[in-house]
Amino acid sequence: MRQVISVLVRNHPGVLSHVAGLFTRRAYNIESIAAGVTERPEVTRITLVVSGDESVLEQVTKQLRKLIDVIGVIDLKYSQSVTRELILMTIYLPAEKRVELIQVANSFGAAIVDISDQTATLEFSGNERRINTLLMALAPFKIKELARTGLIALPLESSFGDSREFLA
Amino acid sequence: MSSGMKKGSEIIIEVLQEEGVDVLFGFPGGSVIPLYDALYDCPIRHILTRHEQGAAHAADGYARVTGKVGVCIATSGPGATNLVTGLANAYMDSVPMVAITGQVPTSMIGNDSFQEADIYGISIPVTKYNYLVKDIHDLGRVLKEAFYLARTGRPGPVLVDVPRDIQVAQIKYKPIKEIYLPSYHPIIKGHPKQIETALKAIKEAERPVAYVGGGIISSGATEELQAFIRTTNIPITNTLLGKGSFPEDHPLALGMLGMHGSRYANYSIYNSDLILALGVRFDDRVAGDVAKFAPKAKVIHVDIDPAEIGKRVNVDIPIVGDVKTVLGQLLAKVKPIERKKWLDQIAHWKKEHPLRYQKEGGLKPQYILECVNNIKNRDVIISTDVGQHQMWAAQYIQTKSARSFISSGGLGTMGYGFPAAIGAQVGCPDKTVILISGDGSFQMNIQELATARCYNIPVKIFIFNNGYLGMVRQWQELFWNKRYSHTHFEFNPEFVKVAEGYEIKGRVVRSTEEVLPAIDAALSVKEPFLLDFRIAPEENVSPMVPPGKGICEILEEC
Repeated sequence: MRQVISVLVRNHPGVLSHVAGLFTRRAYNIESIAAGVTERPEVTRITLVVSGDESVLEQVTKQLRKLIDVIGVIDLKYSQSVTRELILMTIYLPAEKRVELIQVANSFGAAIVDISDQTATLEFSGNERRINTLLMALAPFKIKELARTGLIALPLESSFGDSREFLA
Repeated sequence: MSSGMKKGSEIIIEVLQEEGVDVLFGFPGGSVIPLYDALYDCPIRHILTRHEQGAAHAADGYARVTGKVGVCIATSGPGATNLVTGLANAYMDSVPMVAITGQVPTSMIGNDSFQEADIYGISIPVTKYNYLVKDIHDLGRVLKEAFYLARTGRPGPVLVDVPRDIQVAQIKYKPIKEIYLPSYHPIIKGHPKQIETALKAIKEAERPVAYVGGGIISSGATEELQAFIRTTNIPITNTLLGKGSFPEDHPLALGMLGMHGSRYANYSIYNSDLILALGVRFDDRVAGDVAKFAPKAKVIHVDIDPAEIGKRVNVDIPIVGDVKTVLGQLLAKVKPIERKKWLDQIAHWKKEHPLRYQKEGGLKPQYILECVNNIKNRDVIISTDVGQHQMWAAQYIQTKSARSFISSGGLGTMGYGFPAAIGAQVGCPDKTVILISGDGSFQMNIQELATARCYNIPVKIFIFNNGYLGMVRQWQELFWNKRYSHTHFEFNPEFVKVAEGYEIKGRVVRSTEEVLPAIDAALSVKEPFLLDFRIAPEENVSPMVPPGKGICEILEEC
């Protein structure tokens, strides 16, 4: 089971160590972690993707809440939240494949942010499903380098639930 | 100095005084010279231990017997890293402590400077919270928060790392009156609906057992607990850290449960239909196999730490709150209950399966502890080290009041007992502090003999000397084909002679007849005294539930 957890913490140096340290100390599996300041400069939002069975995930949430710096913990159900990840990838691009790449990029709305004589760098953001689909579509190309930010997420305010996430 | 200006080191002293700190345990070094300079003419007593680990454990022992926050000081680098075991120990057992460490000047941090260690990073997993003070303006607030965090909620150690330049920097300092921690709100009162549900379960239960631990002691809930138990006639078993929650010589008391618990405590748990778990955490030394712990029982679990509830066992009625407050809430509504059948059953188990040992075969540790248990007309505090002697002490010392039995429970720190006994004696100068140690454990902080002598801290040191790392040897005997790999000390010092070197008197005790006179001799002097008991070398702790097994899967007398 995977779960997206959004953690609001007091923004100070060391807070990330406290949160990340919890995962090593208690042997929880962390798939991605993304941190950034919120609309309040004194507060940082850390988005975690965690895997484990239900009891582990419950413990993760409780142990996070116990940290002195943690202001709030929200379990973000996929169906009730909007999730995004940004990826950058540099792929080997022989001249004869340029058109093909541009087609793939256009159909996904991915931006080509750099092109050299042998490579192209793509930028794309989307939910997990869209990112995986893009990666599949790019399978014929050889990847030179890939960077991912890790997932960020916010709860949905609207009641559209799954559909809005699907449209996005 | 212009009026109102204070140095960082003076701010530290001021906050310590505001917090009512009357004694510090510490060891100076380059990065804390400014702090020590401020201590030089301040009324707070300072106990100079001979190792920083000793300072940490002494602060821990002091905190456990007084209920106050224990404070220790160390310098940067090795001084700070030497505190780590003491912090981990206090964290595992939820002991309120503040550790102040010196750090290299802020401008030097990160340069691999002399005696630099990232104690902030190192101590994250072994403290409740920790701070690195980078701005003198934060210092007062940080220290106030450190004390507040250490003693409230689920208590624990807090470390404050203070670079040397912060100690000498000066500001106009105004005492901090209010603590603002927006993300820290311990829940004190139990939810009224849960209280009702619990009361109903208690009323309906036929075979309830209270299982109580360190939370009772740290929340000061003994009175409420005793009133509650007496009203409801619920038999009660305690963990190692729960010793002193309820008088262990009371008919409803079952003593300690778990791996080395009494058979009757374990049988009662296994056969119960309701477990009332109060300030406990279902540790693996209590519930080795959670599925075979109390299979027929509903579980009510009261703890101030929500993360403890449901961590190892499924809980039917969780109550988050301070156990003293929750017991008060329960007590307000509970009605007296008689439960003859269940108590008769337990009385039967008690009669059939008492704690017992072979009286013959050398000097028996259990006998020595019976003698200690029978000491009259003194307020005795027992401090133990870790190993067989610790479990024998837990079994044979009937603790009757809170904060009179201290031991390293969660971390199992050999070397804890002696410095903790020193801290306990400093905290309770009028009580008789007896250290129950082993020849292995005692050698781990033997240097503190100097501290005991220097300040004439009259701890009575009882070494249960069997020439073995006895508990490991016992496991090797039972589970590893008697392959005693490196558990036999082929050399041991003459502890009495070592003590003599520190100008501490002592004697060797080899036979049963010598035990009482030796204890009398030790107790008759107002100074430290060492007894080297040469106990039967291969005596085992019994009964025993092998690790990972169900609470009733008890080995035959071993």
